[in-house]
Amino acid sequence: MAVVGRAALILALLTALFGIGASLYGARRGRREWVDAGRRSVYALLAILSVAFAILELAFINNDFAYNTVANNSSITTPLFYRAAAMWGSQEGSLLLWVWLLSLWSSLAVFVTRNRMREIVPYAVSVLLGFGAFFSSLLVFFATPFALTSPAPVNGAGLDPLLRNPSMMIHPPMLYSGYTFFTIPFAFAVGALITRRVDAEWIQVTRRFALASWLFLGLGILLGARWAYYEIGWGGYWGWDAVENAALMPWLISTAFLHSVMIQEKRGMLKIWNASLVLGASTLAIVGTFLVRSGVLNSIHAFGASTLGVPFVILISAMVAGSIYLVVSRRQVLRSEHRLDSLFSREAAFMLNNVLLVGLTFVIFWGTFFPLISGAITGTESEVGAPWFDRYTVPLALMLVLLSGIGPVIPWRRATLANARRNFTLPLLAALAMLVASFTLIPISSSPATVALFCCAVFVFAAVGQEFWRGWRVRRATSSDTPPGALLSMVRRNRRRYGGYIVHVGVAVLFVGVAASATFQRSHYVELKPGQSDVVAGYTMKVVRPTAAIVTDPTSTGALLTLGAIVRVSRSGHYVTTLHPTAEFFPDPSGAEGPVGSLIGGDSVSELSLDSSFRRDISAAIDAPSVQGALQGEINRANFLVNSDKAGPKARVDLSYLLLAAIAHGYLTHTPAAQFKLTSSPLVMWLWVGALIVFAGGLTAIWPTGGATARVRARYFARVAQDLGRA
Amino acid sequence: MNPGRKRQVRLVVSLTLAVLLAGGLIYTSFSAADEALTPTQLLAQARPGTEYELTGTVVSGSVRHLANGVLDFRLADRAGGGRSVPVRYTGAVPDPFRVGRELIVTVSKGGAGFVAQSGSMVTKCPSKYSPAKSA
Repeated sequence: MAVVGRAALILALLTALFGIGASLYGARRGRREWVDAGRRSVYALLAILSVAFAILELAFINNDFAYNTVANNSSITTPLFYRAAAMWGSQEGSLLLWVWLLSLWSSLAVFVTRNRMREIVPYAVSVLLGFGAFFSSLLVFFATPFALTSPAPVNGAGLDPLLRNPSMMIHPPMLYSGYTFFTIPFAFAVGALITRRVDAEWIQVTRRFALASWLFLGLGILLGARWAYYEIGWGGYWGWDAVENAALMPWLISTAFLHSVMIQEKRGMLKIWNASLVLGASTLAIVGTFLVRSGVLNSIHAFGASTLGVPFVILISAMVAGSIYLVVSRRQVLRSEHRLDSLFSREAAFMLNNVLLVGLTFVIFWGTFFPLISGAITGTESEVGAPWFDRYTVPLALMLVLLSGIGPVIPWRRATLANARRNFTLPLLAALAMLVASFTLIPISSSPATVALFCCAVFVFAAVGQEFWRGWRVRRATSSDTPPGALLSMVRRNRRRYGGYIVHVGVAVLFVGVAASATFQRSHYVELKPGQSDVVAGYTMKVVRPTAAIVTDPTSTGALLTLGAIVRVSRSGHYVTTLHPTAEFFPDPSGAEGPVGSLIGGDSVSELSLDSSFRRDISAAIDAPSVQGALQGEINRANFLVNSDKAGPKARVDLSYLLLAAIAHGYLTHTPAAQFKLTSSPLVMWLWVGALIVFAGGLTAIWPTGGATARVRARYFARVAQDLGRA
Repeated sequence: MNPGRKRQVRLVVSLTLAVLLAGGLIYTSFSAADEALTPTQLLAQARPGTEYELTGTVVSGSVRHLANGVLDFRLADRAGGGRSVPVRYTGAVPDPFRVGRELIVTVSKGGAGFVAQSGSMVTKCPSKYSPAKSA
């Protein structure tokens, strides 16, 4: 089957190259049949890559260790669920996932635009296939997933236990979907610039693709944050890690584009800027992919040596150079049709939002690449830490949240004092009330930024709530709908607008969670034995009794030994909840730590136990290395016993397991002190709730509406006609 | 002022502001950053009172769990050879912490060796995206 897989990859590369040629030839010569052939190459690419993907996935599921990548990333003891996900634990497998998703989303884009934008599509298709050809050639020439070893090893190294989390199944595919989806707005922007057709239809299609990529990438980032929140030592939901930053940058630029493109649609301004944002966001998405695979920066996402740096640098250089050339050479087409009327207008608010988002991206870019920059300038690589990021990102985030309340209520073109009073009185009063309330609730001096954020968030809720209320009242007055029906039909008639408002509320809610948890989170690292307790932010956490499980594997991760503790949480004498943190131990395949030690001497994972509510999260984790350290004496004695036993190898294996069981039992009766991480984190749940609201809003905005194109086109022509009349 | 000139002034002012802000950002990044060093480099140039990002692999037989969650270990150069430095660490230990693993920790000179900033340890996990590991 490996031969078929390898052939499929070569065929995929050839198909992509053929499609590029066919599309370009068809577009240049005006030959529809060649353009159609190019489009069908995208579908063919999807079909061929699906075959390769299925072959590799089957090899993982069937434990076919003849495949090097299976042997390195999976094992017999890896549970089926994680074997299926192990494919993208490897460099080759994740590249195959990347290019497969690329072909999937490209096919969708090509299908959606099958009867539209006839001039742009051939060029867009060739750009998409260009990415397909690039990633296929990486798989063919640099990192083939179908390399075999003969004879096949009897077992593999196993999926890294840290990755044995249900998130492994969904986070990488979602994140890669986001990254690959960014190639679509890029392709259509390049096509539009080449053909000089940056028109209303282009805006409408690109905006929708940009929104989809924004949603996917956002969801991918969020799932990653959620995973990191559960994993000890990953720095919580956000740690300013290089790879996290790499995903955030294109997302921020994309956010900027989704706003400024409205100015282009409504007022015909900022065309150069918008084209640059689309091209820049996609280039940053490829930079993100590059960072994960090149090993140029230190990250918890841990890259070994890799040979893929050079091809990626070439691709990124080509994208940057091509983008600059296209924007500069097409600047006549991209001339602005209007000037800014007033600094107090929605256009100005959007521009400020763009400046802030691009500034934020610059800060993150600089901080992320600082080791390389400082290495080039001073000769020694230096790193900036989280405090440096916070110093700049916190004020920028505050201003952005505030703007997300101002934007929806400030009118286009020019705000007058009268409508400022009408729109801003209520939100300002609400923010003021929050300020007063926060004086009584929290010591303001402890964190002015947090209080400021709460006020900004309340401002947003009031501003958006006011918009909903007014729209709803008008709708009720002009229709015979029931009150809830009026709300629904109001949103349905203008999905983009109200979807956007919902997103704004979600962002404000999300930042409330971030600010509260960042400021008021309390964590203790304490050494506890059963019967001992510690108090964290008013919560008394008492270790009641130890737990041990051998072979039964309570979390289905393939761990051989699971030790843990029951922790009872109470507050002022009242029972709150019971937590059960565990430490899981996996075998060491190298056998370096003796017959018994190797059974549990491999990786170890601390499983966090978490009790979530809308008010606070309480969690407890037991430090696996400290437990292992405490057991080391007994393990050494057990190793000695087995080694001095004269029985045959099979009997020695049995004895090893028996002694391990004895050690586990000893842990229950004579529990050594272990290191616990106890955390209380207020309001952190709202981070996830806010994110869900953001996605609900995004889906509302992206949901297909009949006649949307016609409406956008009509608006565009109406504006052109109006301008002609004025001229 | 005519509109064209007004726009020019506005452009110059905003560009100056942007350059100033970027300059401040760049300046602080150099002053706030910690140098990333290997154990051999650290031994050669460490000054008291300065924090460094130390990158190295955990030396076999050097790990000791002391009372109150204190962890002692030695780090050696990733490339092998050179000398190793003793590190005293407190705080959460990431799961992949093991002998032979590569890790990054923020340290400053103190005690008999180097004291790590509490909770600053980041481990690199060698199995992901690395060339074939011998099973």
